[in-house]
Amino acid sequence: MKRIVSILALTVAAAFVTQAASAQTLKQVKDRGTLNCGANGSLAGFGLPDAQGNWKGLDVDLCRAIAAAVLGDGNKIKFTALTAKDRFTALQSGEVDVLVRNTTWTSSREAALGLEFTGVDYFDGQGFMVRKSLKVNSALELNGASVCVQQGTTTELNLADYFRAHNMQLKSVTFANADETVKAYDAGRCDAFTTDASGLAAERLRLTNPDDNIILPEIISKEPLGPSVRKGDDQWLDVVKWTFFALVNAEEYGVTQKNVDEMLKSANPNIKRLLGTEGNYGEQLGLAKDWAVNAVKAVGNYGEMYERNVGTGSPLKIGRGLNRLWDKGGVMYAPPIR
Amino acid sequence: MSVDARAGSAPPSVAFYNNPKVRAIAYQVALCVIIAFLVYAATSNAIENLKKAHIASGFGFWNNTAGFDISQTLIYFSNSTSTYGRAFWVGLINTLVVAAFGIVFATILGFIVGIGRLSSNWLVARACTGYVETIRNIPLLLQLLFWYNAVLKALPDTRESYNLPFHSFLNNRGLVLPNPVGHEGEGVMWGLILAGLIGAFIYRYWASRRQMATGQQSPVFLVGLALIVVPAALYILVFGFPFTFDLPQRGRFNLTGGLEVPPEFVALLFGLSIYTAAFIAEVVRAGILAVSRGQTEAAYALGLKPGIALRLIVLPQAMRVIVPPLTSQYLNLTKNSSLAVAIGYPDLVQIFTGTVLNQTGQAVEVVAITMAVYLAISLTTSLAMNIYNSRIALVER
Repeated sequence: MKRIVSILALTVAAAFVTQAASAQTLKQVKDRGTLNCGANGSLAGFGLPDAQGNWKGLDVDLCRAIAAAVLGDGNKIKFTALTAKDRFTALQSGEVDVLVRNTTWTSSREAALGLEFTGVDYFDGQGFMVRKSLKVNSALELNGASVCVQQGTTTELNLADYFRAHNMQLKSVTFANADETVKAYDAGRCDAFTTDASGLAAERLRLTNPDDNIILPEIISKEPLGPSVRKGDDQWLDVVKWTFFALVNAEEYGVTQKNVDEMLKSANPNIKRLLGTEGNYGEQLGLAKDWAVNAVKAVGNYGEMYERNVGTGSPLKIGRGLNRLWDKGGVMYAPPIR
Repeated sequence: MSVDARAGSAPPSVAFYNNPKVRAIAYQVALCVIIAFLVYAATSNAIENLKKAHIASGFGFWNNTAGFDISQTLIYFSNSTSTYGRAFWVGLINTLVVAAFGIVFATILGFIVGIGRLSSNWLVARACTGYVETIRNIPLLLQLLFWYNAVLKALPDTRESYNLPFHSFLNNRGLVLPNPVGHEGEGVMWGLILAGLIGAFIYRYWASRRQMATGQQSPVFLVGLALIVVPAALYILVFGFPFTFDLPQRGRFNLTGGLEVPPEFVALLFGLSIYTAAFIAEVVRAGILAVSRGQTEAAYALGLKPGIALRLIVLPQAMRVIVPPLTSQYLNLTKNSSLAVAIGYPDLVQIFTGTVLNQTGQAVEVVAITMAVYLAISLTTSLAMNIYNSRIALVER
C-alpha cells in the first residue's frame, strides 16, 4: 500500500509539479525539525524495531547520527520501513530524506535511478544458507536446487549470474518481502536461502531451528552497502557523507561515546578539527560547530556502532572482517576532516 | 393547413452562439481540448522533471537484458539472455493462465453453491450458506497466505514425496506430473480430436433441430463422445502412441524432469477460485430467485422433473439476471490475481511492477504499461461477456 502511495505520489509529482530546485533537503530537514529516514524494518542488526518500538541497527544508528549532526538530537527522526522493492521510489518521491537500508552501491542505481550513494557503511557479500540435513558443503554443489530469494535486490541478479557462470540449474522462488522469503525457506519450499552474508546471520536466528542450518563458505559477490540520497543536492550529499566519515574518523582517533566530552580538551589537531574546537569545518557543511560531537554522543563511533548492532555485543556476532579500519587490516577508510 | 404553414416558414433567426446544437458541440470540443492539453502538459512535465531528477525515462529498457530468474515460465525465458520485454510477456501469460483457470473453477463452484443454497435439503442449504458467509467476509490476502502456508506445511519434503499413480509426485515443492512430449504425428491426432469436436457440435445442432421439429430425441452425449474419441483411438491403434512421457526422476535436491505445478500457483488458484465462488454463488442465487415462482410451478405442472425444470426453465431465465454481475466477478478475479505478489507467484505485477520496476527504476513507464494491460484484459473480458449477454437477453416479440 505504502509503495503504491509513493509510486502515485511520484507519478503525480512528476506530472503536475514543476519541481522546486532540489538542493533544499538540508533546509527542509532543519525547518521540519525531524529527519525522515528510510530503513529496513525487518533485518536484525541493520534496521528492526525492538519489542518497545525502538529502532535498532547499524543503518538505523547512522540515521540517528545524521539527525544528531543536523538537528543536534539523534531522536528527532522518523523511520519509514521500506521493502527492497519500494525503497528507491520512496527516496525519489521525497518520502524519505535519506535511504539507509542495507543497499548495494551499483553504477546503474546511481546513473538511472536518480540517486547518489554517499559511501559504504558495511562491506558485505552474498552467501547461501542450507539445511544441514542436505549435507551440502559448498555452493558449487547446489546444481538443481530451489533457492528462495527476495525480489528487487542485487542478490536476485547475482544468484542468476552465479548459477549461469557455473553451469548449474537454478530454480529460484522470489518473494516481495524478506519475511515471506525466510518463512518459505523455513517451511521447506527451498533448499537454500540467499542474501548478503550479514543478512544470513541475522535471518538464521529467526528460523525454527537455527542450529539445523549452515551458512556456506562461498561469498559470491561484492555488496558494498551504504546510504543514498537524491541526486542533484550536493549540500545534503556532503552532510550525509561526512557524518559517516566523522564516525569512522572518531574510531580511528579513539573518540568514543563515553570520552567525547573529555576529548574536547584534546591537543591532537585531528581530534580538534573533528570535534570543532579548531576551525569551522561544521559551518562549512552547513551544520553547527559541534556536529560531530553530537553524532558521536548519539551513537558512538563506527566501531561502537558495529559491535553493538552486528558484532560481539549483538546476537549476530559477525566479526569485523573487511569492515575493520584500514590500519587494522580492513578497508574502512575515511578521508580526513580538514 | 396550419401545420403546412409552420413547416414552410423559416426557423426563427437566433445568433449562432445561442443555437443549442452549436453550443453542445462547442462545449464538447472545449472539453476535449482541455483534456488533451492536460495530458500533454502532464506528460511533458513528467519527462522534464524525471530528467531533472536524473531518473532514466523512455521505453528503451524494454530490450535490455533482464538477468534475473523467474520460477514459472510457460514461454522460453533465459536468465542470461532474455530481455525485460520477454519478462513482461512471461508475467502476462502467468497472469492470464491463473485468471483463466480461476474463472472456470470459480464459476463451477459458484453455481453449485448458489443452487445448493436454495436446496430444500436443510444440511446442503446451511452448508452452502456457511461457506458463502465465511469466505466472502475474510480478506482475500489473508486467505491466500492461509492457503499458501497450508499447502507448504501440510505436504512432505521432496525426499518423502507422496507417490501418486502414473509416476506423479506431490511434495512441498508442488505437484510433479509426467510431461507428455509430442512426436511426429502428434498434430494429426490433435486434428482428429478437433474434427471430432466440431462434428459433435454439428450433430448436437442437428439433433436439437430434429427434436424441435419432430419431438424425437437423439443420444447426443454418446454420439458426441464417439465422434471425438473413436478417430483418435483408431489413429493410436494403427500408428502407435504419438507421445512419450518425460517422467520425473529423483535428483540431488528436487525431482528433475516432468511437468511441475508449483505450490504458489496452486495456492493462488485455490484462493482466488474459492473467494470469487462465494460471490458468484450469491449472484446465482439472486438470479434464480428473480425468476417468478410461477415458472417452476408451470414446469412441474407439465410433468418436468425438478432437475430438468431447473436446467431448461429456470436457469435460462436466471442467466439474464446473472450475467452482468457475473462479469464484474470475473473482472475482480483477474485483478485480484495481482495479490500473487504476496505468495511468490510470478504474475505480471510480481515480475513487471516488482522486479523490472526495481531494476530499471522506471516507475512511471512500468506502472503505465501495467495499468494499460489490466485495462485491456478487463475490457476484453467485459466485451466477451456483453456479447454473451446480448445473445441470452430476452428477445421481445
